[in-house]
Amino acid sequence: MSNAGSTPMVKAEHVHKSFGSLEVLKGIDLEVAPGEVMCLIGASGSGKSTFLRLINHLEKLDAGRLWVDGELVGYRQVGDKLYELKDKEICSKRSEIAMVFQRFNLFPHLSVRENVTIGPVKVKHQNAKEAAQRAESLLERVGLSDKIAAYPNQLSGGQQQRVAIARALAMDPKLMLFDEPTSALDPELVGEVLDVMRGLADEGMTMVVVTHEMGFAREVGDSLVFMDDGQVLERGNPKEVLMNPQHERLRSFLSKVL
Amino acid sequence: MSEESESTAYDAPVTGASSRPASITAVPVRHPWRWVGSLVLLVLGAMLVNTLVFSQTQQPHQSGSRFGWNIVGTYLFSSQVLHGVVITIELTVISMVAGILIGVLLAVMRLSKSRLISSVAWGYIWFFRGTPVLVQIIFWFNIAALYPVLRLGIPFGPSLYTVDVNSILTPIVAGALALSLNEGAYMSEIVRAGIISVDEGQAEAAHSLGMSRLSALRLIVLPQAMRLIIPPTGNETISMLKTTSLVSVVAVSDLLEATNSISAQNYDVIQLLIVASLWYLAMTTVLSVGQYYLERHYARGSTRELPLTPMQQLKRNIRHVKPVVTPNEERVIGADHE
Repeated sequence: MSNAGSTPMVKAEHVHKSFGSLEVLKGIDLEVAPGEVMCLIGASGSGKSTFLRLINHLEKLDAGRLWVDGELVGYRQVGDKLYELKDKEICSKRSEIAMVFQRFNLFPHLSVRENVTIGPVKVKHQNAKEAAQRAESLLERVGLSDKIAAYPNQLSGGQQQRVAIARALAMDPKLMLFDEPTSALDPELVGEVLDVMRGLADEGMTMVVVTHEMGFAREVGDSLVFMDDGQVLERGNPKEVLMNPQHERLRSFLSKVL
Repeated sequence: MSEESESTAYDAPVTGASSRPASITAVPVRHPWRWVGSLVLLVLGAMLVNTLVFSQTQQPHQSGSRFGWNIVGTYLFSSQVLHGVVITIELTVISMVAGILIGVLLAVMRLSKSRLISSVAWGYIWFFRGTPVLVQIIFWFNIAALYPVLRLGIPFGPSLYTVDVNSILTPIVAGALALSLNEGAYMSEIVRAGIISVDEGQAEAAHSLGMSRLSALRLIVLPQAMRLIIPPTGNETISMLKTTSLVSVVAVSDLLEATNSISAQNYDVIQLLIVASLWYLAMTTVLSVGQYYLERHYARGSTRELPLTPMQQLKRNIRHVKPVVTPNEERVIGADHE
């Protein structure tokens, strides 16, 4: 974007990914600047979620290059040669990138407090007491301080997703990935999750959001990317892209979603 | 007491009492065959009690009850039997602990991405599940015929330490070894079933927090898999308790071997089998109770309300008898059943 001088938080160059014979990503080129909120839209199967999962190396990319904060994802480059990173190095990089899932994926055997503290305590080896205090303030921030002792399945979907966001924030991530965070929610619960995300965006968090919430994309997103069949078809300012779609494919997609 | 509870019973539905129609009173459906069935069972039960307790021995020149309960009583706590009980418990505990550890290791190996590692685990399970445990016990007891001396050292090179196999593999060690290795094969399938039952999103969420594969397994996946692992493991433990009796073939003096050797001298075969059975029953009862509490522990988070322990159930029942339940509390208790 406009921050020309700084290193992009995410940079993708000709990223390809196949599952067996199915090519899901056919050359993605994207940049996400620090502090930017990028929304990815597109029909299901267009490769949005796969791209998101490549960023924190939950999937391996087949071809192209992907950098997070100036560092290659999953590999180290020495001269012309690429070396695969060790599990430990991958883990430490993942711990700086938070991910929020469509189906929340809270740990059902742990209380809300333990869900939020397990990352800091077990991965970053923070003091348990400090982590618990931090968890309290994070849960207060997402409006759930009264649910700290509850277990995930005692909560509504919207509450679970807010806990998942608190769990992600507890790792002090420099980048947050949201994989359709509101798609599994009852319509009346979508707002409470989007409000929390809007707050994060206002505070300058770098976010890549796969979403079907066009309202959120228009109001909160700094940029909007429309993906179709494994390629970026259109990208730009959300208001302009949504108001004035250039491709027929995007027009027909928007006519169905809006 | 009863007056008080009646008064609360009348107090409770005060709100909306006027709008609520009268409770239904209808003639209930009759179930005559239930009565017939109950009667038959009652008669059979009486016959069972009679033959167990009251009937006299049919043997000539003997007196006393048919089942010889006095003989059972004589041997139930005899030192030889108690020693056998201890051996049986030891074998069960050692074999189950080792079996679970081997099982977890094999389950993880079978789920490994490496073809070699997963085939090794598969081969182990194929072999140890495919041969009778009795054969395995006798095999380990006689292993010294193949390997009289155990050498520790560099493979194909010099040995640093040697030991006589017969001196290590005493009958009880051979028995425990065979039972553990065999149990490991069964446990691995139970553990694997538990692991693959946990949603993949759980491991993914753990990885996205930066957890290694091992921490994700230990902290996130296995604790959730425990809910599925415990009931069949309880089965295995109870089964193991009784399978240990097979070690009597290599002359380990476990419970069954103890009672058998007593009856070999006094010919009271049935009475001593009853002694053994009573002990086995007592031990499996303890295990079943333990399993109940273990399951309850791992049910955390999976059900909205944990089931009550028998103790809590008792307390609640007592509380219900006393008229201390406020309408508010009643509403909460009612909500549990939704």
